Amino acid sequence: MIPARTAQTAAAPATRRRRRPVARCAAWLAAVLLLAAAAYIFAGRDALPAGQVLQVLGGQSVPGTGFILLEDRLPRLVVGILAGAGFGISGSLFQRWLGNPLASPDVIGIGYGAATATIVAMIYLGLTGWGLNLAALAGGLGVAALIYWLSASGSRTGPRLILAGLAIGAMLQAVIQFLLTQAQLNTAADAIRWLTGSLAPSTWEKAWVLLIALGLVGALLPLVIRQLKLLELGEDAAAALGLRVGSARMLLVLVAVAMGAIPVAVTGPLAFVAFLAGPITAALTRGAINIGLAALTGAVIVTVANFLAANLFADLSLPVGVITGAFGAPFLIWVLVRANSRGNGG
Amino acid sequence: MTATESTRRAERTGALGKLGLCAGLLVLLLCAVLASLLFGARTIPFGALIEALTQFDAANPEHAVVHSRIARTVGALVVGAALGLSGAGMQGLTRNPLADAGILGLNAGSALAVVGLVALGGAVSLGSMMLAAFIGAAVVMLLVYLLASIGREGATPIKLALAGAALAVGLTAMTNAVMMVSRASLDEFRFWQVGSLAARGVDTYLAALPLVLLGTLIVLLTARVSNAVSMGDDTATALGFNLGRMRLFGSLGIVLLAGSATAVAGPIGFVGLMIPHAVRLLLGADYRWLMPGSLIAGPILLLAADVAGRVIAPPGEIQVGVMCAVLGAPLFIILMRRGLTGVKL
Repeated sequence: MIPARTAQTAAAPATRRRRRPVARCAAWLAAVLLLAAAAYIFAGRDALPAGQVLQVLGGQSVPGTGFILLEDRLPRLVVGILAGAGFGISGSLFQRWLGNPLASPDVIGIGYGAATATIVAMIYLGLTGWGLNLAALAGGLGVAALIYWLSASGSRTGPRLILAGLAIGAMLQAVIQFLLTQAQLNTAADAIRWLTGSLAPSTWEKAWVLLIALGLVGALLPLVIRQLKLLELGEDAAAALGLRVGSARMLLVLVAVAMGAIPVAVTGPLAFVAFLAGPITAALTRGAINIGLAALTGAVIVTVANFLAANLFADLSLPVGVITGAFGAPFLIWVLVRANSRGNGG
Repeated sequence: MTATESTRRAERTGALGKLGLCAGLLVLLLCAVLASLLFGARTIPFGALIEALTQFDAANPEHAVVHSRIARTVGALVVGAALGLSGAGMQGLTRNPLADAGILGLNAGSALAVVGLVALGGAVSLGSMMLAAFIGAAVVMLLVYLLASIGREGATPIKLALAGAALAVGLTAMTNAVMMVSRASLDEFRFWQVGSLAARGVDTYLAALPLVLLGTLIVLLTARVSNAVSMGDDTATALGFNLGRMRLFGSLGIVLLAGSATAVAGPIGFVGLMIPHAVRLLLGADYRWLMPGSLIAGPILLLAADVAGRVIAPPGEIQVGVMCAVLGAPLFIILMRRGLTGVKL
């Protein structure tokens, strides 16, 4: 029984021993985040003169530098941080609820749902802005509802839901490939670029859309986390403690899907961010996944990847998804080894 | 009647009855071949088909259509047989009812290897593409089994499926990245990556045939081991099988089959999953019948999916890989829900 196992690991370490590492890890992660953001602004291949950057940040108008900074680099950073935080929260909520570090939304098909809906909206309906966000959200929720319904009968959580998600994900992947063959080469190239995940199309408008949408959903997070802790005790125990299990589960899935699907519409499904944020957090604190810390970890992953993407190669700026994909692969194997050697890999 | 009951009933069918069922499958295969030649965006009358096959006239448009359909029909035969048998081999050797070249990530490994090779080397020969596909599939297979067998309970079906799916997500992300950096490979591979039989000529499919035959031979030789494994690894060892060596040997065949299929037709998932389960209902769980049965049933499924994809939305067509995924995913979920094959989830 997977939920029971999670409950054990969550309850085992003494609270006081766990709280300090969380704060310390948060400080370290915040430092890394600031460093990577500063490096992206000040250093790197197309370094901007530091004096001018400070002038711009101080509110003066500096032609050239001001434009690059305000219209390109800062929106990218903000969108990257917001998207990373959203992915991190989404992934870690699923991982904790299902008690399985491999059960992140990108593996169990929900990411593919959001991606498929966005591609349809992009290629066939010509939507932009809020429309794409809503499409991604609808796609993610649709797939979540489908696998939830398909895995019904007895216990809904755990392996059955994961397997249903794998199958739906594989099917949607084929559908995405099919849609790509139906499009013109240029549209297909755009779609592939989006599928890989990139911060290049970031604007202030998109950053605002993200901030407002994630903020609205995030307002529910404290409630969801409180209910999640009860759910982790096992559904019977949670019900005995007065939790309405059905609606708590529904709210959890809703928030987790929204947190992952809203950024997908802007940045594309950044490979592995949702998958890795939780396990990295757990390894840092040597305890259960802390949702807030996972959000910070997600933001750090995207910001660092963004710096690397811009500066790794002399004459080629890669989309950030290529970096998270390439550097994520060894981490993926590490997560698999770790999950399986602890006996919660499935 | 549940599926398990009908499998049990199939167990009781005598050898003669099973031979009859195999003959029935062959007849069905013949019908599928005819349908593949006759139907499509344009339906060819039966008389014209016979004429095109016996006295080919290049100026006759109907003959040209038949000619173009011969290639994909041959392709469906080769690829379908390879995928069907590779699934049966994987399910047998590992006692894993969810094993499939798509689910375990083998196809994604082959795809990345092939796309990477083309992005690095430009136009490459079919031989080197196939080699890349084999290496990709073999590496992923090894990795998935190694990763899933870590831990106390060993390589359980769900651990294998999750490890395979997680690796596939990563491999696909990398394939997309390669395709994005190299536009030439995008133009060629967005069609290949769907899994299609329309892209290649007869000679390509025939070139893959020797390796498919070799893989077929190897996997068929593992039928008795698979029967023993179905009673548990301990029993199989007690019966005198060297499981480690046999699994390595069988994996070679499986990689040959799955890799060849992916190299010529692109990644096609779920065929290796669906076929053995369908054949098990018909012929029972004895791998000496199940494996040859899968060899015949694989092409039937692929031909049917290909014809359906052509007929659904003329003049365009839905690639066979999409059709198989759309048919296969629901079956996977049914298998999971019913515990059809005794797997405890």
